[in-house]
Amino acid sequence: MSWTRKHLLDIESLTVDEIVAVLDTARAFKAVGERAIKKVPALRGKTVINLFVEPSTRTRISFELAEQRLSADVINFSAEASSFKKGETLKDTARNLEALNADFIVIRHSASGAPHFLARVLNASVINAGDGAHEHPTQALLDVFTIREHKGKIEGLNITILGDILYSRVARSNIWALRKLGATVTLCGPATLVPKTFEQMGCRVTYDVDEAIRDADIINLLRIQHERQRQTMFPSINEYIQLFGLNQARLAKTKPDALIMHPGPINRGVEIDSNIADSGRSLILEQVTNGLAVRMAVLFLVNGGKGPPEVAGN
Amino acid sequence: MAKTTVILDATAIQRALTRIAHEIAERNENGAEVVLAGIPVGGDHLAQRLSKILSEIWQQPVPVGVLDVSMHRDDLDQRAAPEIHPTVIPFDVTGKTVVLVDDVLFSGRTTRAAMDALNDFGRPQKIQLAVLVDRGHRELPIKADFVGKNVPTADDEKIRVRVKENDGVDEVVLENTK
Repeated sequence: MSWTRKHLLDIESLTVDEIVAVLDTARAFKAVGERAIKKVPALRGKTVINLFVEPSTRTRISFELAEQRLSADVINFSAEASSFKKGETLKDTARNLEALNADFIVIRHSASGAPHFLARVLNASVINAGDGAHEHPTQALLDVFTIREHKGKIEGLNITILGDILYSRVARSNIWALRKLGATVTLCGPATLVPKTFEQMGCRVTYDVDEAIRDADIINLLRIQHERQRQTMFPSINEYIQLFGLNQARLAKTKPDALIMHPGPINRGVEIDSNIADSGRSLILEQVTNGLAVRMAVLFLVNGGKGPPEVAGN
Repeated sequence: MAKTTVILDATAIQRALTRIAHEIAERNENGAEVVLAGIPVGGDHLAQRLSKILSEIWQQPVPVGVLDVSMHRDDLDQRAAPEIHPTVIPFDVTGKTVVLVDDVLFSGRTTRAAMDALNDFGRPQKIQLAVLVDRGHRELPIKADFVGKNVPTADDEKIRVRVKENDGVDEVVLENTK
């Protein structure tokens, strides 16, 4: 076991061994979710604060359930109801939370680097639940976990990420994880949202969707993030559907065992045809189940990241 | 330089497991009520082998599962996270006699965690403990029902159990780390 980190801030700084450690650990936690009693005492007596400065429903619920299934005490702190509205800085808010003896802070923030900042100023373990357009490490880990479950490996696979890459922390974290594990990553979407600069991360960039998905083993669809676009990046939603939406005709031209993923929330009829989302080739709901297991694994590993390494034997 | 002594070779391990199996059969007259749960790493493979010997004695299959105790340990915040192996208990433990199988009995904390972990799967009628090596130094009031070999050790010595399935060889060695 090669995990010695106190925080999970991004995928970029993780080694292959560390990523694999999370995936292997998550396998055991997935089995816990299938039992009659879905709770284990691993974080008993620990306090976790979910500091969601940017709104989130599914990631927060997933983290919250993961924490509860590890027997931690959980506090949810959201931007709407918080003192940020009253002018308190992130550092002061976090310090106040730490004064309550929090052991873990799970942070979602619209500013890239916010989790890294907290990790520097606090003693608690910090887990990044999404920072701006930078990274969303647990999403990438659950995506990789899901792919590995179905394909048995990551190395040598063709993974196509289709949609809004520019504003997507999910894409960035996925690219890091997939490239480290040896997959070939193709990015596709409107040119304004898929800049050629991503080639520097070792990806192939193309604007022809049929070409992008033809040899793909996995097609990961991303939502157009209206909330992050400061100006219109493409002419219209209808044009996006015509040019990049995954429909039956396009899917028919892919490999028969190509599988479809989406981090949610899905926009039916925009990036994905409704019946494809519900088909046997869609892993969308499995991603939700696996997200819970991966987040339990991350909390479990980070909790141990403060101690000395395990002594082998006995 | 660590000094190592082989205290059980492949033949001795096989003999010890056969004896443990017969003791389990002697203690539990109704084989249909007995299930085995091996604790990884090591105990799971020993449990498989015990199951094989027992099913020959009883002339019926003896269910065997894998019980990982990492999530139930009491020292999780004093060490790096342990490696977890998926727990697989493919039977109902309620009302059964569950024989926990571990390679080495030392502080007893793993056994305590195993009993906690087992509770999440039901309420066994009885829990018994089989170990290949008991090295002493208990920190909890726990005692094995079936022991392959008692090995008096010093605190700073280590017992390594190697099994064919993991290490390509069957042996138990004592390492003096001084």
